[in-house]
Amino acid sequence: MQYVFDFGAVFQAPYLEWLIQGLYTTLALTGLAWIGAFALGTTLAVIRLADVAALNFLISAYVAFHRNVPMLVHIMFWYFGVPAMLPMAWVDQINAVGGEFLMAMIAIALVMAAYIAEDLRSALRAIPSGQFEASRALGLSYLQSMRKVMMPQAFRIAIPTLVNQTLLLFKNTSLAMAIGVAELTKAAREIENVSFKVFEAYAVVTVMYLLLSLLIMWGGDVLARRSRLAGGH
Amino acid sequence: MWEILSDNWLLLLIGQYPNGPMGGLVATLSLAALSLTLALPFGLLLALGRLSSRRIFRYPATTLVYMVRGLPLLMFIFWAYFFVPLVIGRPVAGFTTMVVALVCYESAYLAEIIRAGIQALPKGQMEAGRALGLSHSQTMRRIILPQALYNMLPSMMSQFVSTVKETSLAYVISVQELTYAANQLNSVLLVRPFEVFALLALTYFTLNFILTGIARLVELRVARRRLAQPVQAVPA
Repeated sequence: MQYVFDFGAVFQAPYLEWLIQGLYTTLALTGLAWIGAFALGTTLAVIRLADVAALNFLISAYVAFHRNVPMLVHIMFWYFGVPAMLPMAWVDQINAVGGEFLMAMIAIALVMAAYIAEDLRSALRAIPSGQFEASRALGLSYLQSMRKVMMPQAFRIAIPTLVNQTLLLFKNTSLAMAIGVAELTKAAREIENVSFKVFEAYAVVTVMYLLLSLLIMWGGDVLARRSRLAGGH
Repeated sequence: MWEILSDNWLLLLIGQYPNGPMGGLVATLSLAALSLTLALPFGLLLALGRLSSRRIFRYPATTLVYMVRGLPLLMFIFWAYFFVPLVIGRPVAGFTTMVVALVCYESAYLAEIIRAGIQALPKGQMEAGRALGLSHSQTMRRIILPQALYNMLPSMMSQFVSTVKETSLAYVISVQELTYAANQLNSVLLVRPFEVFALLALTYFTLNFILTGIARLVELRVARRRLAQPVQAVPA
């Protein structure tokens, strides 16, 4: 039997709506997890720089655990495992607002925070220690010198790796489909399931992922060029 | 948690073998090892393409690497799931599908590692090889690649750790590896999801922690060997 290519079929109702909904979910998941990951990752890097032995151990254990376990396993752990330990009333409430999305978001944010914390830590180590000492000598508090002197430089140094992590985070949101989040990959599967337009469904979603990834890479390039200091990094 | 492990360690280790395909941790490791090994020649070709001075090699290789890096592994898995049987003309095992998807995905990442390794060598290596009368491909094969590949052993090791983690996605197409075994266990025990998935996470953690440790040792060795052979100054 000859396979008839029909891209139009994928853009008809209700499939178009599924695609748009999937795209929206993927973007929302990416955005929210990104905010969580950067907030936690930055916090961990700042605490790490305080150089307290017990905290160092805790944070490096956190980082090692999250980097050595597959993200899919983290997602399953949060979705299947954690609710079993929570009070029933909480679980009902979580499910009322959409447990799959929330748990996937938490898992992705926690894992990516570990990567971001490590990137920022190595960026912070690349800054001469005189910078920190000078800012303290000028009367800035620990947190002030972090916020005004150290972190802006660390972020600038780390831009290429942070952009890479952002790209990875975006791609990894596709794993949320394993617990039933209706994001872009899930939308492709559903369309293919119902319409039997296997090639078209995956081709359209592949192109969407590709365009968004290229947008992130391009955005990262622009950011790196803009933030470059004259004669410096 | 420990009695779950002592009762079911065999399922987690080899799956339902010999009553089914080899599964569990053994399948996870063989998936990762096989995929990375098969991806190596493709990665090498892509890296040489990206470094080539000829546009007909450079442009397609670069485009391919960017495309692969821009797509989730899950998309490769689904493409392979539907199109490998179509191309071969008969049904394929999930294991094979996963190997095909991983080889496609990992080739691009290996290519970037190999490219970085080649570029990290001093330019003088290529120039000296050419000056001694070797052709470009001879210099590449006998001078550049042996050194570059040795120097990138640590990166290859960490890529292996990444690949081990990526094999968990094979669960989505029901390949019986470690994550699949844990989900099977979870649906048998029903009321212990926290313990089962914590156990699964700890298994991956232990495995990859050890592999990362080995990678660090290899890195030290490589670094020491590179330091031990400085360029000898010719005595005047």
